[in-house]
Amino acid sequence: MGERMAVRKTYKLYVDGGFPRSESGRTFPFVSDDGSEVVQISRASRKDLRMAVRAARGALAGWRGRSGYNRGQILYRVAEMVEDRAATFAAQLELGGSSVSGARAEVAEAADLLVWYAGWCDKYVQVIGNMNPVAGPFFNISVPEPVGVVGMAAPSAPVLRGLVAGLAPVISSGNTAVVVAAPAQPMVAITLAEALATADVPAGVVNILTGFPEELAPWMAGHMDVNAVDLSGVHPEALSDLEEAASHNLKRTGRWESPDANLYRISAFTEIKTVWHPKGR
Amino acid sequence: MVEERVASLATRSIKREAKMWALRTAISMTDLTTLEGMDTKEKVRQLCHKAIRPDPTDASIPSVAAVCVYPNLVGTAAEVLGGSSVKVAAVSTYFPSGQAPLDLKVAETGRVVADGADEVDMVIDRGAFLAGDYVKVFAEVAAIREAAGDACLKVILETGELGSYDNVRRASMLAMAAGADFIKTSTGKVSPAATPAVTLVMLESIRDFHRNTGRAVGMKPAGGIGSAKQAIRWLVLLNETLGVEWMTPRLFRFGASSLLNDLLMQIRWLETERYQSPDYFTKA
Repeated sequence: MGERMAVRKTYKLYVDGGFPRSESGRTFPFVSDDGSEVVQISRASRKDLRMAVRAARGALAGWRGRSGYNRGQILYRVAEMVEDRAATFAAQLELGGSSVSGARAEVAEAADLLVWYAGWCDKYVQVIGNMNPVAGPFFNISVPEPVGVVGMAAPSAPVLRGLVAGLAPVISSGNTAVVVAAPAQPMVAITLAEALATADVPAGVVNILTGFPEELAPWMAGHMDVNAVDLSGVHPEALSDLEEAASHNLKRTGRWESPDANLYRISAFTEIKTVWHPKGR
Repeated sequence: MVEERVASLATRSIKREAKMWALRTAISMTDLTTLEGMDTKEKVRQLCHKAIRPDPTDASIPSVAAVCVYPNLVGTAAEVLGGSSVKVAAVSTYFPSGQAPLDLKVAETGRVVADGADEVDMVIDRGAFLAGDYVKVFAEVAAIREAAGDACLKVILETGELGSYDNVRRASMLAMAAGADFIKTSTGKVSPAATPAVTLVMLESIRDFHRNTGRAVGMKPAGGIGSAKQAIRWLVLLNETLGVEWMTPRLFRFGASSLLNDLLMQIRWLETERYQSPDYFTKA
């Protein structure tokens, strides 16, 4: 018997719980920092984006209908799955140029962020919501609710922590997400997709596309069935055009420089609902 | 054979300008339908307003061909649609089963026409057809033809219950010979409803009937056509089988409820190059 043939992984998209190739059949190369590794990555098209939004819309009612407690359990499970794949993540981050210790630290920080947001799932309503004082015999209660389908352009650095810092707050409140991964290190995003797929996150709640934000973000920002966009990963010069496109259905837009834990990244993708209830005398 | 032909026609790529034409034509061919036990006058009124002006933000969108309702709601539909180009279509003959004595079916048909129906959608007696009693089926269609007077008569074959393409062709010929103005695939209450293959068999029957008699009969696929993409495939089938003379609401209809909004969404997508959301279209 001769030398064993290598079994190499094909990196594909993550849409509706499955791992399809791009409908366009296109790929783009990832070249490692030192030039030693070249991997072909699926390059999503606007039609893949359309399918991803459809999947996210379909998954929304079920996901937002779950109890916050249950969403928290599932986010914690994602943290477990990330921890379990720590070596894979670290190796991929190193291919992108991270130091060994830096890569390990980033994986740990990503898992910790997931745990932090897992805790918020059944608490953000109490903290962001409010009982308002009104002149009359009423309870006046404001509660935050998920806005719906959230599109996201993930930042390129730190790639894993930045992706988790954007995604976790979006889904913790009950939104569903369509993520355009940063093209610089796309394998990390697909490994995260594998963690999500094995962590009881229902199909369609998170959809991850690899490809080019400059190609996909305009379709995402203009999509009338997307309710909000996180533009943290797009080039600053593209912002004004994307925000203009997002305005057609009054999408929420947001952009964050820091990948730190931040309660306001949850509230940014919620809508406040205020109800009046008779109090009696 | 039929399936292969249908599959090869389904791969046609329709380009932008032709697609826009097809979408607008499909709207003008739609019989906007509500046939539910829970239908109310209010729902039918709402549907009729939508039929006249499918997109309140765009007056260039044509009205649909007809609104199709149960006999009890014909008067309501006629009230709203009076003076518009939209026809009132009523299902009749104890839709959807057709399991009632002929005199009752004739009476029902006379009643819906008197109440203001311009078009009558009748069902054939599938029990009699499958038992081989073609004479009975023919006689019933002929009797309803007479009872419907000047109204346009559409004959529903309920192809999902007929069992074979041969039977579909036989029932098509029978209905046309007995005086149908349209032949229609399905009630929408049985699955499978309108499949492309069954439609092709019926279109070919219409073609042959036209060759033999010179009479042009219309075609109405109904049930399960929910997307603009499907509708365009149907138009390709129509154009390839019967030609452009049949590409008119006078000779081709879609029986559908959710199709209209998808057609509107696709038109707006072509116009704006922004993917659309059902949130921004009125409910049918």
